[in-house]
Amino acid sequence: MNEPDVLACEFENPVMPYLRQERLPHIWCPGCGIGTTVNCFTRALTDSGMDLDKIAIVSGIGCTGRVAGYMNLDSFHTTHGRAIPFATGLKLANPELKVVVYSGDGDLSAIGGNHLIHAARRNMDLMVVCVNNFIYGMTGGQVAPTTPLGATGTTMPYGNFESPFNLPFLADACGAVYVARWTVYHVKQLAKAMLEGLKKKGFVFIEAMAPCPTLYSRRNRLGDGVDQLKYYKEKSKIVNGANTKDVGLTFQGEIVVGKFVDRERPTWLDAMNEHYTQHFGERFTPYGVSHAKE
Amino acid sequence: MSDGEQVKKGKGTVFVKPEVCKGCSYCIDFCPAHCLEFSREFNRKGYHFPVLATPEDCTGCDLCGLYCPDFAIFGMRFKDMEQRRHAAAPEPLIPARG
Repeated sequence: MNEPDVLACEFENPVMPYLRQERLPHIWCPGCGIGTTVNCFTRALTDSGMDLDKIAIVSGIGCTGRVAGYMNLDSFHTTHGRAIPFATGLKLANPELKVVVYSGDGDLSAIGGNHLIHAARRNMDLMVVCVNNFIYGMTGGQVAPTTPLGATGTTMPYGNFESPFNLPFLADACGAVYVARWTVYHVKQLAKAMLEGLKKKGFVFIEAMAPCPTLYSRRNRLGDGVDQLKYYKEKSKIVNGANTKDVGLTFQGEIVVGKFVDRERPTWLDAMNEHYTQHFGERFTPYGVSHAKE
Repeated sequence: MSDGEQVKKGKGTVFVKPEVCKGCSYCIDFCPAHCLEFSREFNRKGYHFPVLATPEDCTGCDLCGLYCPDFAIFGMRFKDMEQRRHAAAPEPLIPARG
């Protein structure tokens, strides 16, 4: 066996130009799936061919909240749960930007739950990537709104009895125009969904299921990160266009993945421009129109 | 592995940065050609990192690079490597800015 040499890499990892390399290695645990979703996101950025100066990434607090710090894009690490309000402000102040919210399930659906539903209701032109690891990872394994029934966390040592959120159903019911769920096992499909999300106008919600080997898997005795990926591989069923009502998750049960919703609705800016143009006629100058025509 | 091009049996090879690997074994378990395995050596943090066990099977598909959460491994086809090496101005990896 030839021993690999650290310095002899003649070629650079294609992900590296997208990362702030001085901040690596990252803090994520061995077997954590967040790094894999970052790979998929960089792949989607490459494939989209978009100007990277026109993309901003916003994230909240938590393990996934670190993504904004590691990506070599214009990024914003915001207060807990408030990634979507910051992103909304960014988007409305500079409508030419494509704003990506990259955060975890606890940050988006618990602390920022109200912002999630209202951004989806208004169809704000954002792409939301929710990395769902079923638990609060950074703070020590407390039960999150997505923890499935029966799973154990530090705050529920005898198992969780609270019904979890079905995030795609929530986003769909609130009016998101694109809703998809993939796991970290489905890397190619996740990259494609992110590419479609970058191209889509309106509120895009992509749930990426990721293993948390240190807290969720360890507390529930589910093995390592790779064992979770094998579970995803075994128990996932691809149903594109599935009714989001039926895609709820159970503890180690079947996972329905796929692209659930892809529809058209006027975004908040378009609706505002149209409404005020109707109301005020010539006196109103539409805002952010160069983007609206794209 | 950096000396993959000398072996040059398969269609491609992988490059590993052992020092950033955390030994999660995603690349080893999900390599479609099953050509990776754990090294016998440890890296500085005490993890076993992946090595190319059967270079003749590697296609350089870069699925290991897509799976790796630590950005420690990536694959490349020999065809693309030659192209990149001989190109007068190497193609930028990322889309232009500004």
